[in-house]
Amino acid sequence: MKLKEVKEILNAEVMVGEEKLEEEVFTACGADLMSDVLASRDEKAVLLTGLTNVQVIRTAEVVGDIKCIVFVRGKTPGEEILELAKKAGLVIMKTKYPLYIACGLLYSNGLTCRSGE
Amino acid sequence: MGLLVEVVNEMVLYSLDFDVKARDFDSAGEVSSNLRSVLKQLSLNPDVVRRSCIACYEAEMNIIIHSYGGHMEIEIFGDKIRITAEDTGPGIEDIELAMKEGYSTAPEEIREMGFGAGMGLPNMKENSDFMDIKSSKNGTTVVMEILFK
Repeated sequence: MKLKEVKEILNAEVMVGEEKLEEEVFTACGADLMSDVLASRDEKAVLLTGLTNVQVIRTAEVVGDIKCIVFVRGKTPGEEILELAKKAGLVIMKTKYPLYIACGLLYSNGLTCRSGE
Repeated sequence: MGLLVEVVNEMVLYSLDFDVKARDFDSAGEVSSNLRSVLKQLSLNPDVVRRSCIACYEAEMNIIIHSYGGHMEIEIFGDKIRITAEDTGPGIEDIELAMKEGYSTAPEEIREMGFGAGMGLPNMKENSDFMDIKSSKNGTTVVMEILFK
């Protein structure tokens, strides 16, 4: 799935990385606990989360395979977070959908999690 | 030739040093971020990079969350990376218990930040090929090695 489809499905607003929407992603994960993201061995290209602090970006950087972060429940990350995301080359979106619905929409549109199969 | 390889492998090719302050959440992750850029330049196997960065980040977070402050040293050898995280602090009372997934002594405000889920030490062990923890009432030292397999 292309990131621009993620944007459309979630009716999301792109806050960083508009130029990268043609990039393709194959997996996603949803979590508010960064510890869980760090502990998961699955490939995760899109991270959906309701947590809006610097640690989300750091976690994405550390894990290395996250291309896009979607902030759910209409949460708006601060400038500092967006700046850090820009430096890390990440795409940042926000959607009004809650985490469960946002994950469900992507999953039912074909963005599944490889190891969960 | 075998001996030469051994000697080369035991040499530190690159080393990084960082001070880590207690409760400095704004800088949390900087050590691993720096490590990632260095490892990328060395064109190491992506899995080695990933495991080293995760292990490093968890160790860094532990110093920030649980200690009074500490120091991290990362040494890159010909065949492995060694991460040493040393802190002064209350130490880990029961290491075996702390190694259990889900066991955490982190306060509520840490959990609100998305950490303190009790996955730190187990995740460090999972991502390293060797791990040693020494802890007393004065502080903790964790040594981890990730091999270039």
